[in-house]
Amino acid sequence: MAVLLLADVNGGQLATDSVAKTLTAVQSLGDVHVLVAGPAAAAAEAASLAGVAKVLHAEDAGHGLAEALADQVIDLAGGYSHIAAAATAYAKNVLPRVAALLDVMVLSDVTAVVDSETFERPIYAGNAIQTVKSSDKIKVFSVRTAAFAAASTGGSAAIEPVGAKASALSSWVEDKVAASDRPELTSAKIVVSGGRGVGSEADFALIEALADKFGAAVGASRAAVDSGYAPNDWQVGQTGKVVAPALYVAIGISGAIQHLAGMKDSKVIVAINKDEEAPIFQVADYGLVADLFTAVPELTSKL
Amino acid sequence: MKVLVPVKRVIDYNVKVRVKSDGTGVDLANVKMSMNPFDEIAVEEAIRLKEKGIVSEIVVVSIGVKQAQETLRTALAMGADRAILVEAASDVHTDIEPLAVAKILAAVVKDEAPGLVLAGKQAIDNDLNATGQMLAALLGWGQATFASALSIEGDSATVTREVDGGLQTIKVGLPAVVTVDLRLNEPRYASLPNIMKAKKKPLDEKTAADYGVDVTPRLTVVKTSEPAGRKAGVKVASVDELIAKLKDEAGVI
Repeated sequence: MAVLLLADVNGGQLATDSVAKTLTAVQSLGDVHVLVAGPAAAAAEAASLAGVAKVLHAEDAGHGLAEALADQVIDLAGGYSHIAAAATAYAKNVLPRVAALLDVMVLSDVTAVVDSETFERPIYAGNAIQTVKSSDKIKVFSVRTAAFAAASTGGSAAIEPVGAKASALSSWVEDKVAASDRPELTSAKIVVSGGRGVGSEADFALIEALADKFGAAVGASRAAVDSGYAPNDWQVGQTGKVVAPALYVAIGISGAIQHLAGMKDSKVIVAINKDEEAPIFQVADYGLVADLFTAVPELTSKL
Repeated sequence: MKVLVPVKRVIDYNVKVRVKSDGTGVDLANVKMSMNPFDEIAVEEAIRLKEKGIVSEIVVVSIGVKQAQETLRTALAMGADRAILVEAASDVHTDIEPLAVAKILAAVVKDEAPGLVLAGKQAIDNDLNATGQMLAALLGWGQATFASALSIEGDSATVTREVDGGLQTIKVGLPAVVTVDLRLNEPRYASLPNIMKAKKKPLDEKTAADYGVDVTPRLTVVKTSEPAGRKAGVKVASVDELIAKLKDEAGVI
């Protein structure tokens, strides 16, 4: 049996970290063929990941439009027992469409592959873990990458061209991706996040300054995003991104279940909050009860 | 143009979820249930399109247990015109899978011929994020998921989508399925007079069998368990102590 892994391509670039982690998750299921719908450079990058048996390359602008991409996957689906991808906006847009066209169910955010038909996944914002068995002929699922280590590079898989698909149903207009020198949120080793306690968009500069000192990515709670202090693509939580860095620093974040679902698998959690009853302290390895407006600048200057 | 909005009855998002001790699922008996928050945003968007004169009629549909009537009445009180309840389960613990839901919705779409389906991007119970995309596939329609902005001009919709690392804008021809994300709008509360008026709005009752859809699940739940807990660590007294702990004890900096 073989696995078709749909690679994330954003703005023509391979999301290498997502692909490398998904690769680890599906390795036990059989040979892994990676489908890259994007420029040749993205396909070459996928071929360099260790554990890839073959790269299937469809020359495409790489905007990830669901209709053409689903048709592309369906064209190839016959030869595979599993179709998988990272649980990102890119893949969650297209995998359910693929599954419906194959008349099978889809499993989202898989955190463990138990065997070829049994998977674990969180439900109710991570408040319960469900183990499910699929009776479908082809298993279509997305993988929550935070649960897996990235496969290494050094591979040299063959790249096989496949005919690209187009669809008149939708068309790309533009991407607005925030340019940043900081590491990407879901693959960063350190994440510094701010919550409602930060109080304003201007004061979020404190969070950013600390993040830059750490060489960290910046995150935010949903409360901070809803209050307009931070953009939505910084959101960590069930409705945002799920992260598991080596160090997660939560500042002015109370620790709503919604937020914990997005960061509780971090290796070390630090919480800075002036409310010593805040639930975030129940999951933090190191808690500092302090006013963030004095503690954060002090921490930034002493690091 | 007619708009169809599917709404789901789910556990209220403020209720603490409890896993049943026998591992068969989550306890939903005698728990406060509400409209899925993402679906509320979809209903609100449909109402705003009607207020702008783009939409002429809003039909809401719910698939599940009989009690989903309450969810439909909420949508009617917000401003939807008409409701369809498709009874597909009798036990409140039965979750109809998105594939079966999409098949029923596809049949409803054939009857109603809407120009647009507006749906929540995911339900906060099974967190699958699938029904809208599956419905678009079954209908052979275009789709725009995770919408944070929507505008309709003539026979197409321009949709800004929340994607990894930022926003993407696409154009999709109508009819289409659009699934909505949190920042699209803030849903209104239904006023008391509107709640009273909603009781008189039409609500059709159907069953899954009326649409010839088999709702037998494809997935078997082997077990449901509590997530691994995390223990509280220690409180540090100062920034200096925190830095020392991170360096010497945790070794992360």
